[in-house]
Amino acid sequence: MSPVVKLLAQRIALSLLLLLLISVVIFAGTMVLPGDVAQSILGQSATPEALANLRAELGVNDPPVQRYFAWLFGAIQGDLGTALTSGQDISEALASRFWNTLFLAFWAAVVAVPLAIFLGLVAVRFKDRWPDKLISGVTLASISIPEFLIGYVLMYLVAVKLRWFPSVAMINDNMNLFEKLNAIALPIAVLTLVVLAHMMRMTRAAILNVMQSAYIETAELKGLNAFQVIYRHAFPNAIAPIVNVVMLNLAYLVVGVVVIEVVFVYPGMGQYLVDHVSKRDVPVVQACGLIFAAVYIGLNMIADIVAILSNPRLRHPK
Amino acid sequence: MSDTLLKVRDLKIGATIYPPGEKPRDIEIVHGVSFDLAPGKVLGLIGESGAGKSTIGLASMAYGRGGVKITGGEVWVNGRDVLKSKLGDIRKLRGGEVTYVSQSAAASFNPAKKIMEQVVEAAVEQKKFSRKEAEARARTLFAKLGLPDPENIGERYPHQVSGGQLQRCMTALALCPEPDLVVFDEPTTALDVTTQIDVLMAIKEAIRDTGVAALYITHDLAVVAQVSDDIMVLKMGNTVEYGPVDQIINNPQEEYTQALVSVRSIEHEEKAPTAEPVLSVRNITARYKGTQFDVLHNVNVDLYPGQTLAVVGESGSGKSTLARVITGLLPPREGEIEFAGRTLSPDLKGRSREDLRELQMIYQMADVAMNPRQTVGTIIGRPLEFYFGMRGKEKRKRIIELLDEIELGEKFMDRYPAELSGGQKQRVCIARSLAAKPKMIICDEVTSALDPLVADGILKLLLELQKIEDVAYLFITHDLATVRAISDNIAVMYQGKVQRYGSKSKVLSPPFDDYTDLLLSSVPEMKLGWLEEVIAHRKMESAGN
Repeated sequence: MSPVVKLLAQRIALSLLLLLLISVVIFAGTMVLPGDVAQSILGQSATPEALANLRAELGVNDPPVQRYFAWLFGAIQGDLGTALTSGQDISEALASRFWNTLFLAFWAAVVAVPLAIFLGLVAVRFKDRWPDKLISGVTLASISIPEFLIGYVLMYLVAVKLRWFPSVAMINDNMNLFEKLNAIALPIAVLTLVVLAHMMRMTRAAILNVMQSAYIETAELKGLNAFQVIYRHAFPNAIAPIVNVVMLNLAYLVVGVVVIEVVFVYPGMGQYLVDHVSKRDVPVVQACGLIFAAVYIGLNMIADIVAILSNPRLRHPK
Repeated sequence: MSDTLLKVRDLKIGATIYPPGEKPRDIEIVHGVSFDLAPGKVLGLIGESGAGKSTIGLASMAYGRGGVKITGGEVWVNGRDVLKSKLGDIRKLRGGEVTYVSQSAAASFNPAKKIMEQVVEAAVEQKKFSRKEAEARARTLFAKLGLPDPENIGERYPHQVSGGQLQRCMTALALCPEPDLVVFDEPTTALDVTTQIDVLMAIKEAIRDTGVAALYITHDLAVVAQVSDDIMVLKMGNTVEYGPVDQIINNPQEEYTQALVSVRSIEHEEKAPTAEPVLSVRNITARYKGTQFDVLHNVNVDLYPGQTLAVVGESGSGKSTLARVITGLLPPREGEIEFAGRTLSPDLKGRSREDLRELQMIYQMADVAMNPRQTVGTIIGRPLEFYFGMRGKEKRKRIIELLDEIELGEKFMDRYPAELSGGQKQRVCIARSLAAKPKMIICDEVTSALDPLVADGILKLLLELQKIEDVAYLFITHDLATVRAISDNIAVMYQGKVQRYGSKSKVLSPPFDDYTDLLLSSVPEMKLGWLEEVIAHRKMESAGN
């Protein structure tokens, strides 16, 4: 077997193992959370017998190990159980919301990633001159302000005062793509501002690091112009660190949008999770946690795979 | 076309330096250098590090490395003053009219791109050739430069060919756009001596066949003598001597040039072995963890008290691995090390403090072997405290003694490594190892990173200290001139085996085995026409077989 295939196989196996461990942590973590779902369903006035009956019915009295495996095998087959509070099938309820979250994250990424890399390249080209300082300053300022504040400020200026975009990002299946994008324009803007600085600065640092190499001097002495040098010779060698930080930020876009979804009342997974945490609906929290973990691990795995594949020493052994 | 291709007049080059704790300031590093180069001729620029030779070479492409700026003078290429040209015109010059071959092809090739793509890039970008023409030309050059499989080698990535092959690919890269001038910046310095001779011959033939002119930059006068028509000797940014190669080599006028020509003239009488060796390496076989191949095969050598055993070989011959086994960093699979009458533990962890004290080591890179935040006094004082528990006045007195022995003196005590030159740093490392009063010191390529004249000084010092302290040296080097200068016994290593072993006079006189013969005959000699002689001799031999 070629070393690349072996490395990739190892990396994928490691990701699956990690996901399994995380599932244990999620399950154990939600077990030790305080609170009683039966109490929250039936309210303060419920009799002890009614509570005990409901607990038995919900299966919360079974041994934890047995419940863990039942939950895990269900999850592998796509059955995430039923929500305790509403009796709804979680997989069904989550599916549309998960797609909504991915929809938002995808369009935020479509704007943010190329913009961040382009700004990083510009910052390298004009290193230590005013464009570099301006880009660094603005992106750092935007990452330093809490995202909900940016959200409300944008909502006030752009939605309330200028009336360009709606302030509430409600979407449904009857809308066409343009209407949807119009609805989520503000959340996309906020998310872009939040993730831009990180990716842009990593792009700048990774390329500047490569620019110290002797082969960059060779390229300059071939008479190439600055953008040709950066694009043809520096960028291909800086892909691995850039992809890493891009994937971390994509993971953030999926996993970390909870606050933004709440601010803009967007029907995504984040809102669903927040709703059910407050109701102590453990199976829903577990299901969301597992999906978030899978997305996070999956994206980081892709980053590692790209890093392995972008290394010519691994792709073309001697 | 004018009859001078490159005309340099009163070239002045400056740089901004950032001394620690002070304001940055501008200094001049080249102080008004002038020369002419006719089409098809080769000018050798020679000097030690800091002489400004690479800086001058790059100035012919209107390029300053790092913070280097060209501050004055004129550089005319093909009748245009390039220092007054616009950036767009300078780009056409670079990679079109003037190209560059760097010291380390391994670092100068982009690891993410195929060789062919990089070799033809300048020719295509400068619109000298279409991509197809350029690729055909590159394949012709690969063949001319003696590369294996010239039709397909361009499809490989840089890490898939050897260092010597990559250096030839770099030469092909420079010749591909059909330039008028190539700047060769130490193109063979990083290569093994047996590889250097082939690359040197390939470069020389390529220059002759294409009629291109060249600036050949090197610190090795014997090498530049083989390829140049004229030589300019530089020192600290000034021209020392400038003339035809014959005059510089055979009749140098300036004292500095004479010193360069006669460098490595240390005479050292070999000593006869005494009764008991201080170090006996017995049947050592070793391999690195996780690998399937032995890097040392059944190595046996002895080192006698107060004498020097030179271990010589090319990169990959196992000479540094032998040092790792002796120091206990790499426990061997078989065999044992006897030292001062006792058997050493194979693993470093099993060795006593006395073992550690008596067996010291000096490294190639003196600047990374010292803590940059400690003064020279602290660095040399540390082994005095650690091994002998010295404190206060007693320690200070001993540090000053050691500083006197390495010819630096008390005033260096409070300096930091960054304030020392390369040679001074190596002297401090020598003093630190002597502070432990060792029976034996392993010297791992200790002069390889130094300029020839400085290296000479270090070798003389080591020989002097050997007399005073009666210490034995295991001297690891790839440089046969160093071996001649310092050794009593020699072990020639090749592919992990001791190929030839004995007293200096025995190892260096015929009859030779094939490998030692190749090694010895590959060392450049300070003599015109040496390269052709060796190549002709080898061709005759291979024809005879």
